[in-house]
Amino acid sequence: MSDLKRTPLRDFHAAHGGRLVDFAGWEMPVQYRSILEEHKAVRRTAGLFDVSHMGEVDVRGPEAAKFLNHLVTNDVAKLFPGRVLYSPMCYPSGGVVDDLLVYMRGAEDYFLCINAGNIAKDLAWMREHAVGFDVTITDRSDDYALLAVQGPRAAEIVQSLTGAKLGLVKYYHFAEATVAGVHCIASRTGYTGEDGFELYHAASEAVTLATALLQAGASRGLELAGLGARDSLRLEAGYPLYGHEITQDISPLSAGLGWTVKLDKGADFIGRAALSAEKQNGAAYKIVFFKTGDRRIVRADTPVLGADGAPVGRVVSGTLSPILNEAIGSALVTTSAAAQPLAVDIRGTKLNLHLVKPPFVELKKSTA
Amino acid sequence: MSNIPASLRYAKSHEWLKAEADGTVTIGITDYAQNSLGDITYVQAPKIGATLKAGEVFGVVESVKAASDLYAPVAGTVVTVNAVLESAPETVNRAPYAEGWMLRLKPADAAAAGALLDATAYAKLVG
Repeated sequence: MSDLKRTPLRDFHAAHGGRLVDFAGWEMPVQYRSILEEHKAVRRTAGLFDVSHMGEVDVRGPEAAKFLNHLVTNDVAKLFPGRVLYSPMCYPSGGVVDDLLVYMRGAEDYFLCINAGNIAKDLAWMREHAVGFDVTITDRSDDYALLAVQGPRAAEIVQSLTGAKLGLVKYYHFAEATVAGVHCIASRTGYTGEDGFELYHAASEAVTLATALLQAGASRGLELAGLGARDSLRLEAGYPLYGHEITQDISPLSAGLGWTVKLDKGADFIGRAALSAEKQNGAAYKIVFFKTGDRRIVRADTPVLGADGAPVGRVVSGTLSPILNEAIGSALVTTSAAAQPLAVDIRGTKLNLHLVKPPFVELKKSTA
Repeated sequence: MSNIPASLRYAKSHEWLKAEADGTVTIGITDYAQNSLGDITYVQAPKIGATLKAGEVFGVVESVKAASDLYAPVAGTVVTVNAVLESAPETVNRAPYAEGWMLRLKPADAAAAGALLDATAYAKLVG
């Protein structure tokens, strides 16, 4: 795996029994002990994830806000310093380039977190569309490492390592904080449906911070968790994953992310015309979430069958919910079929899909 | 290093076989196989009384990662299957050579197991 990119924690993972695999060109731990056990630990107590493969971008300049509001579908003008915004970034067709987090640090100072597999594509897209705006776009992906501490005891664990008052940092807010002596952007966000923090910090400090978090978490039930658990946790929470629920061909409206598309935000943005038309005419396809009552995993690309047995779509994500002990997933189906009985064929057995409005499990997200 | 008991026979497709005193054989998947699959979430067993040819697919083992066919290392008739795996397939991860066994066959040819790999040969295969 010598041509794979490595995070500063690669050797830390290997030393802690991480099973390293190729993920979007990165050598990443898919699991340590067990995907199912790591998943349950995050729901029950806490998990520590290395997500340093994610990309970071500085967007600075007098027209940073104006540029970003042209670039993304959600309303960047609603931000204030210390506030985080989730948004898709679309093509003119309404399909998705990527989904990202926008951090406002100051009037002319924004910070983005983007998907690892999309870093080069996103930067090219942003630079192409920055022409005419007074902004500077800087790729910071190699400078930052990112650790996510997630779960009911996550905040308590991070708090034990900092003098900053983390209770003041509400959900989808962030603050600068020194955690275990490491300067961090402490962001009360995550991809598991649990309370917790994502800690952006200098790549050179990653081992120090990870070691301190693991130590502080040991007595509080914290476990190292890999990308396998991260995926099942996000699916159980009903969060989209780029390349699955949202793609170049699946718009945020089709994906059920209408709340992130602010057609009336008072700024024209890339994809607005197409998304406006899609909203008016109704999307032809939509993402639905399902469970089956059976343990057989319904994997991505499995055809979804309508009432008459003809294909009406395909599964885009599927796993076993370790909490429900049954298969859960999401599928892209024709909008007209979404109200009909749906089924899949798994090795000759027909399984009915029971549609669910996610999350699949009760989440005790930050009450903050 | 995976655990490869010297007392068992092995198929190249990573099933193990144990000759029982009553002439039947017990079959499961190896420690190497369960470790490669990761968290096992489902085991599809054959029907009791089914006749299997050597090398025939007798079931499926699924993990979070993938679904894999299971192959009969020798020909025979299914005497019993491990019902525990229906509700607790993760038993295969925990104890692949013990509580995680999959089925018991009455072999068509009592000597057939002799043609399978011994522990040394299997260790070389997965080494």
